[in-house]
Amino acid sequence: MLAFLTPQNKSLLRQLVITDFKLRYQGSVLGYFWSLLKPLLLFGVLYGVFTYVLPLGKGVPHYPAYLLLGVVLWNFFVEATNMGMGSIIGRGDMVRKVKISKPSIVIASILSACVNLGFNLIVVGFFMIITGVQIQPVVVFLPVILIELVALALALSFFLSALYVRFRDIAPIWEVVLQVMFYATPIIYPMTLVPVRLRGFLMLNPIAQIVQDAREMLVTPATITAHEVLPFWLSVIVPCVVLGLLTVASVLFFKKSAKSFAENL
Amino acid sequence: MSNVRIKVDHVSKSFKLPHERTNSLKQALLALNRRSFEKFKVLEDVSFEVHEGEFFGILGRNGSGKSTLLKLLAEIYAPSSGKIQIDGTLTPFIEVGVGFNDELTGRENVFLNGAILGLTTKEIEQKYSEIVAFAELERFMDQKLKNYSSGMRVRLAFSVAIQAHNKILLIDEVLAVGDERFQDKCLKIFSQIKKDPTKTVVFVSHDMGAVQRFCDRAIVVHDGKMVFIGDATDAALEYKKLNFPETVINERDEAKMPVHARLCNQKGKPTTVFNFGEQATMHIKWKPDQRIKNVGVALFRDDDTYVFGSNTILDKITIKGDELDYTFQMDLGTGQYYTRIGFFGDTDADKVYFINNGPQFSVAAPVQWQGVTYIEHDWRV
Repeated sequence: MLAFLTPQNKSLLRQLVITDFKLRYQGSVLGYFWSLLKPLLLFGVLYGVFTYVLPLGKGVPHYPAYLLLGVVLWNFFVEATNMGMGSIIGRGDMVRKVKISKPSIVIASILSACVNLGFNLIVVGFFMIITGVQIQPVVVFLPVILIELVALALALSFFLSALYVRFRDIAPIWEVVLQVMFYATPIIYPMTLVPVRLRGFLMLNPIAQIVQDAREMLVTPATITAHEVLPFWLSVIVPCVVLGLLTVASVLFFKKSAKSFAENL
Repeated sequence: MSNVRIKVDHVSKSFKLPHERTNSLKQALLALNRRSFEKFKVLEDVSFEVHEGEFFGILGRNGSGKSTLLKLLAEIYAPSSGKIQIDGTLTPFIEVGVGFNDELTGRENVFLNGAILGLTTKEIEQKYSEIVAFAELERFMDQKLKNYSSGMRVRLAFSVAIQAHNKILLIDEVLAVGDERFQDKCLKIFSQIKKDPTKTVVFVSHDMGAVQRFCDRAIVVHDGKMVFIGDATDAALEYKKLNFPETVINERDEAKMPVHARLCNQKGKPTTVFNFGEQATMHIKWKPDQRIKNVGVALFRDDDTYVFGSNTILDKITIKGDELDYTFQMDLGTGQYYTRIGFFGDTDADKVYFINNGPQFSVAAPVQWQGVTYIEHDWRV
C-alpha cells in the first residue's frame, strides 16, 4: 500500500483531483461557490419539508442537523461509488494510450468526492452552530467513522469500476441497489420509528452504522447506534472483518482485471 | 556489450474476439454456455533485446502486429505469454497530449499531461519554461486549450513528452506532426537523441526509408511473427522483399542487366552536377538484342515528379546498332533528379529491360525564379 504512494503517483492523484475540481463548475457564473451553495440549498429544502410538512423527527434533539449530516454522508457514498465506478471508463483514453497507474484513477475519483464531502461538512458545521448544537468530546472519534466510510466507498469502487469495464449493466444495477439501501438506512427517518425487533437487523447495514455513529458523535448522544442494538462482535468486529475482506478482494479483483483494461475498453 | 534496456522474451499476444461482443450481463450469461469467441493471435513468439544508446526500428505493415508490440513495450497491454523487461524510465510517443482538456488552460494541461506521463509536479515546475519555449507558446499559456489551433495543441503535447527526458523513448511514426518548421525541430531533437549514448529509442514505422535513415538495428514484423532481426539496411531490404517482391527483383537484376548508361557534360566528362541551361549527354549502351526497337529516357525529380520523358519512336528515330547518345538541355530548377531508362519492343508494354534507378544528377539554377522548369515569360506594366 505504501509502495503505491510514489512521488509520480502522488503527483498524478493531485493533478487528477485538481482537474476534476476545476472542471466541475466550469462555465458557471458562481464557479466554486456552488460547492457550498448546492448543499446549502439542498439543506434548505430538506429542512422545510421535514420540519413543517413531514415532521418525522419530532422526538429527536437537533433534528435538522441530525438529518443534514445523514444526507451529507449518504450523498458522499452515492457520489463516491458512482464516480469510482465510472472512473476507468471515463478516463478510457488515458488507459488505452499510456501506461498509467490505474488504481490512481479510481482513488482520484474518491478523493474528488472527499473534497465535496469536506465542503458539505463545513456547511453542516455552520448549521450546527446556528441551531445551537453542543459539541461532545466524543467528536474526536469522528475521523475514524469518516475513514471507515471512505474505505468502504473505495473498496466498492475498485470492484465496481473493474466490473463496469466488462459489463455496462452494472450502472443501472448499482442505481437500484443504492435506491434500496437509501430506504433501508435511517437517513430521513429516525431509528425511533423503526420497530425494536427490526433495529438490529437494520444496523447490520454498514452505511446505517456509519451514519448513526457519526450522528451520535457530532449531533446528539441520543442516537440509536449499532453498538446499542447489536452485540459487540456484530457491531464492531464483524464490520471490521467484512470491510477488510471486501478491500482485499476488491483490490485483488481490480489488479487482475487491470491488466486487460486497455484492450477491453 | 552495453546494458540491455529492453528485453523481449518469447512474447506472444492474442486477443479474444467474441463473435458477439458481450457488453452486457445478459449477453455474458447467454454466452457462458456458448463460449463463442475466437482467439486471435496478433504476435507470436517475439524475442529481441535493445541496448542502451541504440536506435532500434520495428518495421511492419499495417496489421502486422507492430502497433501491438509497441503497446506491449509501453506496458499498456500485458503479454499473453512471455516476458518483457524494461530497465529505465520510458516515454511513449504513441499518442501525445493524452488527457488534454479543452476547458483547461495551456498551463494546466501541461501539468496534467506531465503527471500522466509520470512526471512529478516538482519536475514539471522545473521544466515548465523549457516546455513552453520549445512549443513557442509563451503568450498562450493562460488561454484555454479550446482556443488553440490544432498545430499549437500538437506542439504543446509534443513538447511535454520531449521534456520528459526519459531514458527510453518509444516513437510511432504517425507522429510526423505539426507544421514543417516544427517537424524540422522535432527531427533535430531526434538526431540529438540519436547521438546521446544514454538514450534508447524504439522507432516503429512502415517507412523503410525512415528506418534506414535513423535506426542502427531493426526487426521486421510480418503477420505477427518476427521474420528478421539485424542491421537496419538489411531489415529494410527484407521488408521490401516481403511486401514488394517485384521491385526488389528489379533492383537486384538492374545491376546484372546487359545495359549501361552514363551521364556526361558538354566536355564529355562524366558528372552528376549541372548548372541550369547546361547541355548534358547520356551515353546508353546495351548488348545487341533483336527485340529492342525503342529506347526511352524519363527524368524525375527526387519527390517522384515526372518532369519529362521521350523515346526514339515518338521522336521518329530508328535505332541503329547497340548504342546511342541522348542529349538534352538542363532547363530545370534547382534540385535532385533521377532517370529511368526503358528498352522496349514494338509497344511500351513490351519491356525488354527497364532501369528504375538510372543515373542521378543535381541542378543548380539561378535564384531569380522557382519551380521545376524555366518557362519563357514576359511582364507588361
